[in-house]
Amino acid sequence: MQYKSQAVAKLYFMAAIGLFAGQVLFGLIMGLQYVVGDFLFPAIPFNVARMVHTNLLIVWLLFGFMGGAYYLVPEESETELFSPKLAVALFWIFLIAGALTIVGYLAVPYATLAQMTGNDLLETMGREFLEQPLPTKLGIVVVALAFLFNITMTVLKGKKTAISMVLLLGLWGLAIFFLFSFYNPSNLVKDKFYWWWVVHLWVEGVWELILGSLLAFVLIKVTGVDREVIEKWLYVIVTLTLVTGIIGTGHHYYWIGAPEYWQWWGSVFSALEPIPFFAMTVFAFNMVNRRRREHPNQAATLWALGTAVMSFLGAGVWGFLHTLAPVNYYTHGTQVTAAHGHMAFYGAYAMVVLTIISYAMPIMRGRAANSNRAQVVEMWSFWLMTVSMVFITLFLTAAGILQVWLQRFSSTPIPFMQAQEQISLFYWLREGTGVLFLVGLVLYIVSFFVSGREKTSAA
Amino acid sequence: MNPGAQNPDPMTVPPTSAYPPGDLAVWVFIFAELLAFGVFFLAYAFTRMRHVELFDAMQGTLDRRAGAVNTVLLITSSFCVARAVRAAEHGASRIGTRWVLAALACGAGFLLVKGAEYADKFGAGISLSTNTFYMFYLSLTFFHFMHVILGMVVLAVLAVQTRRGDYHRGNMNGLESGAAYWHMVDLVWIVLFPLVYVLR
Repeated sequence: MQYKSQAVAKLYFMAAIGLFAGQVLFGLIMGLQYVVGDFLFPAIPFNVARMVHTNLLIVWLLFGFMGGAYYLVPEESETELFSPKLAVALFWIFLIAGALTIVGYLAVPYATLAQMTGNDLLETMGREFLEQPLPTKLGIVVVALAFLFNITMTVLKGKKTAISMVLLLGLWGLAIFFLFSFYNPSNLVKDKFYWWWVVHLWVEGVWELILGSLLAFVLIKVTGVDREVIEKWLYVIVTLTLVTGIIGTGHHYYWIGAPEYWQWWGSVFSALEPIPFFAMTVFAFNMVNRRRREHPNQAATLWALGTAVMSFLGAGVWGFLHTLAPVNYYTHGTQVTAAHGHMAFYGAYAMVVLTIISYAMPIMRGRAANSNRAQVVEMWSFWLMTVSMVFITLFLTAAGILQVWLQRFSSTPIPFMQAQEQISLFYWLREGTGVLFLVGLVLYIVSFFVSGREKTSAA
Repeated sequence: MNPGAQNPDPMTVPPTSAYPPGDLAVWVFIFAELLAFGVFFLAYAFTRMRHVELFDAMQGTLDRRAGAVNTVLLITSSFCVARAVRAAEHGASRIGTRWVLAALACGAGFLLVKGAEYADKFGAGISLSTNTFYMFYLSLTFFHFMHVILGMVVLAVLAVQTRRGDYHRGNMNGLESGAAYWHMVDLVWIVLFPLVYVLR
């Protein structure tokens, strides 16, 4: 580790992994509720399980991004973090606020939670992914601002590199677009319209910048390829991302009451959204093939390449699958969306956080890379989780196509719940692969505790 | 693998004799841009097939002379940019700068003519929601309009750099890249004009 203050990232990474485990557990609960409707009812109803599953995802990714930034920025800027103490304080504030929110979801009915937390002062709750009570939302803003202050001050006092600038742009964008979660007009069309400014412009806009810079950072470290080459690719990817992603928001505006031209704008621009992901795949493999050193941390390289491939498949290909308006007319809100959501979030964001953790964690624990044995376990966890996710996606895609056919396309369409019963086989298969995914995650956690002879060469 | 070996940058093509001219990165952009316009053109073509009467009638309401003037302006500007590259390559930075400025002037002329067309249409209350033809007309031309503006920003930077004598044989990368981008802006219009204004 080049700078002492990078060590604050460790806390963030540990919390991220812990919350990731929670997310997967709630995913399994929900997955079972798809086929055994009253499982854990009334203790944990489906809507609560879903809320916890998706909220934990967002929170653990945010912990991962923040940890990644705390690790990356001092090294890129070649200076200590502006205030490591602030970083630690923010960690505890964010963790406690997050935990209280989840406890709130589980302990009291959602409507009661809304009453208790002053939703009547400013109504922001009750919308998918933005379910957090007002105090939590305000807390997120405060934490994000203080975090950005810390990171920005570090960059300002040190060296400014393309990677840290792209990361900053992404993180500032993340904070700014979150502000739209406070805007909740009573007009349902407008509500949805701006709701996507948080949701879409996060995952198909500014988060991609964070993804690109974290990936570029790890690739520079493990391949030793010239910074200039990687930076040029990063610029190409960032521009393509923003051009396609921003207007691509239109693919959410097809059927919500927005003007009709969005069907064209959304279709054309979002159809091009796979291009930056494809560029990222080409870029990652290119860099690794032209590597100038054999970094002892093979697991980190595997995660980096995995991110490049799986983000292209999950976000690029599975996104394209249902992005054109005439296709989306049938697939909207079916399991096809769920398939895309699972592989895209895992392939792009979960994996890039696991990549930076895989690279940084051994260094923060005082070694260039983990022992061979530990890396083998980690690689097993990589393959188990990734292959499981591929199958979860395939089963959900099959379920989705069948659902579209039974419910919306055949000459004798059947109601939603009847269609759900018809496709339950695929839900069972998905639940099975979900258990395998959990096994992979457990192995991943185990890999941190596997000892063996450490590698110390190269850094 | 030899760790001491210099890793050649694949995205920086050596100058002069190399092909394509300019930076490979800019060609990636150009490809992506052409793809975006290409998809939009195809969508236009297929939609026209289904609404031939509407499209024919609406095309009649466009100002073809303005479109033709703009076509001449952009082709001329491309010529100017090509001359600028040639001049800079031969060490004539001052002449090169003048050619870039001439291209900029043509670009400005394009914006004026197009602006007048827009003012006329918007004045008549036409919007993206008027009908399918105007949705395409406004989307395509406005998307292109923004590219002309971006291209002009690039040309302005190139003019300053050329004037400073940054470009000469052996270092043409930036100027060639900018020129290639400007040609793309021109090329898109050369397809767009007949497709949207003329063909019926």
